[in-house]
Amino acid sequence: MQVLMREDFDTLIEKLQGADYEVIAPRIREGAIVLDTVDSAGDLPAGWTDEQEGGRYTLHRTDSPSLFHYTVGPTSLKSFLYPSRSLLCRVHGGHNDFDVEEPEIEAPQRAFVGVRACELHAMAIQDHVFAGGRHPDPVYTARRNNIFLVAVNCSKAGNTCFCASMGTGPEATAHYDLVLTEVVEDGTHYFLIDAGTKAGRSMLDELPLRPARAAEEEAGAAVVRNAAGSMGRSLDTEGIEDVFFENLENPLWQEVAERCLTCSNCTMACPTCFCSTVEDVSTIDNDMAERWRVWDSCFTTNFSYVFGGAIRKASSSRYRHWITHKLAAWQEQFGTPGCVGCGRCITWCPVGIDITEEAAVLRRQKETRQGEARYGAGTRTAY
Amino acid sequence: MHTPRKPKLAVWKFASCDGCQLSLLDCEDELLAVANSVSIAYFPEATRAEVDGPYDISLVEGSISTGEDAERIQMIRDESNLLITIGACATSGGIQGLRNFANVDHYINTVYAHPEYIHTLRNVSPISQHVFVDYEVRGCPINKYHLVEVLSAHLAGRRPNIPSYSVCVECKRRGTPCVMVAHGTPCMGPVTQAGCGAICPAYNRGCYGCYGPSEECNTQALSAWWTKLGVEDADIARSYRSYNALSGVFRREGSRYAKKAAAGATNEERRQ
Ligand code: SF4
Ligand code: SF4
Ligand code: SF4
Ligand code: SF4
Repeated sequence: MQVLMREDFDTLIEKLQGADYEVIAPRIREGAIVLDTVDSAGDLPAGWTDEQEGGRYTLHRTDSPSLFHYTVGPTSLKSFLYPSRSLLCRVHGGHNDFDVEEPEIEAPQRAFVGVRACELHAMAIQDHVFAGGRHPDPVYTARRNNIFLVAVNCSKAGNTCFCASMGTGPEATAHYDLVLTEVVEDGTHYFLIDAGTKAGRSMLDELPLRPARAAEEEAGAAVVRNAAGSMGRSLDTEGIEDVFFENLENPLWQEVAERCLTCSNCTMACPTCFCSTVEDVSTIDNDMAERWRVWDSCFTTNFSYVFGGAIRKASSSRYRHWITHKLAAWQEQFGTPGCVGCGRCITWCPVGIDITEEAAVLRRQKETRQGEARYGAGTRTAY
Repeated sequence: MHTPRKPKLAVWKFASCDGCQLSLLDCEDELLAVANSVSIAYFPEATRAEVDGPYDISLVEGSISTGEDAERIQMIRDESNLLITIGACATSGGIQGLRNFANVDHYINTVYAHPEYIHTLRNVSPISQHVFVDYEVRGCPINKYHLVEVLSAHLAGRRPNIPSYSVCVECKRRGTPCVMVAHGTPCMGPVTQAGCGAICPAYNRGCYGCYGPSEECNTQALSAWWTKLGVEDADIARSYRSYNALSGVFRREGSRYAKKAAAGATNEERRQ
C-alpha cells in the first residue's frame, strides 16, 4: 500500500485528464451530492457531509477538510453506463423503400473518482445482466469498456446504508482500477492508495507516492472498521428466499400499498434496476421513424401490460413484485441478490418506504408462524 | 402508409385561454409538416377560411361553461370522426372549474359591470362529461410535442407515446435530485401524470400538477406526507384545486382537505 498526500490529490485528477478521461466525481448540485464532471479537486464537496433517512436527504458542513466523508447520492454509475434514453435505430424513407440507420454509440472515456463499494457491486450486477449473456448490450458494453474507476472506501455509513448485511461494503474489494482510503488525523490528510488492475498500476507509476507506514495502514483499516460499525440499517439475508416465496399472499402487501405512491422513484434510483421500455416515434409525414430505449419501472401500469390489460393492476402486487425480485427471485435468475444495500430506495422514496423494514416484518411473521406451529398455538396473527 | 387524401382537421374553442391551440402554431419546426399532412378546415385562430364538416379530426380546447357551449359540443361530435380534447380545461374543467366550489352569481356580480348580460351554467364541466372523447391530451398548457405525436400516431396508425406514469419518472430520467427529499419542498410529482419533462423540480420548485392525476395515484399517502412536512390542510386542498381541480382523485382529495381545513385546527394549533 502507498500514500498519496492530500496536496497531491490534484495530480491524480490531472493525470486522469492527461490520459484523456473526463473526470466524474461527487459534487454538490441542487442540494445533493451527485456524480458530475469536475475540473479539479476544488470541485469536490470538501468539508460537507450528508444525513439520510427514509424520504429525507440533507447536507451539513463539518470542520473536517475531508473530500469523501458522505455516502452515495441520488445518482449512480447506472446513469452513465446505461443512459436513461438511448436511440436504438432510425429509419428513413417511405413505405416500401427505406434505410435503417444504426446510430453511433457514444462511449466517452470517463474516469470516476470516489466510487463506493456498494456502487461497484451494483455495477458488477449490471455487467452480468447487460454484458453477461449471449447478446451483450452494445450501449452498455461500449460505455463500460471506456471507464477508469477510482474507488474510495467509506469513512462513514449512512443511516440508510446496509452494505455490511449484503456483503458489498463498506470496503471496496474488487472491480476497481485504483482504491483510496482517506485519512484525516492530527493535522495530516492523506490517502492510502492501491491498484486493482494493470491500468491502475500504470497510473500509480505516474503519481507522487511513498510507501505507507504500518501506523498509516492501521489508520486506514480503522476508517473502514468505523464505517462498518456505523451502518444505519441492516437486513437479515439468512433464508431470505423462503421469507418472500412463502409470503406471496400476505396482508403486508396491501398495507404497504396504502403508503406507496407507485411513483417509481425507488427503481429509478436503484443502481441495479435495469428495466427499460421501447418507444417508437415517427414524424408526421412518416418520412422518418426512431426507436428509443428508455428507463422503465415495474411500478408503472404499462410495465405489465399484455394483450387485454395490465397483469399487475394493484399497487400491492407491484411492491410485492419489486421487493421479491430484489431480495429473492434475483438470486435464482442471476446468482446474486439484486440489492447491494446502498439505501437509495429508502432515502429517495418520497414517503420513506423502507426495504429493510418490510423484509423484517415478513421475517418476523414467518418466525411467529413457525413458533406457533411448533407450540401448537391457535390463531395466526395477521402480521 | 399513405392516406389517399389529407385528413380534414378542425380546431374548436370553448372556455379557455387559447394557450393550447396556439401551441399548434408554436410547432415552428413541425408546422409545415403538419400543414402538409392535414388540411386545416376550421381554425379561426390561424385562418379565416372555413370548410364545412364533417371533419376527420377535431381538436377541442376549453370546458363547457354555458348552455350554448353544451349544444355546440354535440354538433361538433356529430361532425367529427375523431375528437381529441387538448389541455386541462377540456380534459378536466381547467382553472375556471374552481367556480364549482363557489357561488357563480357572486363571481358574476363582482366581476361584470352588467351582470344581467351574463348567461352561464352553475358548473363548469370537461368535454368528456358531454360527449364521447377519443383521446385526451393533458396539461396546462399542453406539451406541443404531444399534440404532434398524437396526430402523427393517428396518421401512422400506431399508438401515441404519451405517458400515464408519474412526473417522478421524468425527474429521475433527467437526473434531478428530488426536491421533496432533498429540500423538503412539497411536490405534486408523485401523483401527477408526466409530460412536461419535470420542468419545475429542475428549477427547484415542486410540481404544480398541470397534467392532472397519474395512473393509480395515491393522493392520500402524498397528503399524509405533506402534513409531516408541515403543510397546512388548507394549502393541501389548494394544491389539488388548481388546473385540474375537477378531475377524479384530485377533486376528492381537495374536498377532503378543504373540509378538514374548514373544521378548524391549523397545524400550529394542533401542536399546542
Ligand atoms: S452502502 Fe456501504 S459502501 Fe455504499 S455508501 Fe453506504 S457505507 Fe458506503
Ligand atoms: S434495492 Fe434499494 S438498497 Fe438495494 S441496491 Fe437498490 S436502491 Fe440500493
Ligand atoms: S416504494 Fe416509495 S419510491 Fe417506490 S414506488 Fe412506492 S412510494 Fe414510490
Ligand atoms: S421532485 Fe417531485 S416529481 Fe421529482 S422525484 Fe421528487 S417528488 Fe417526484
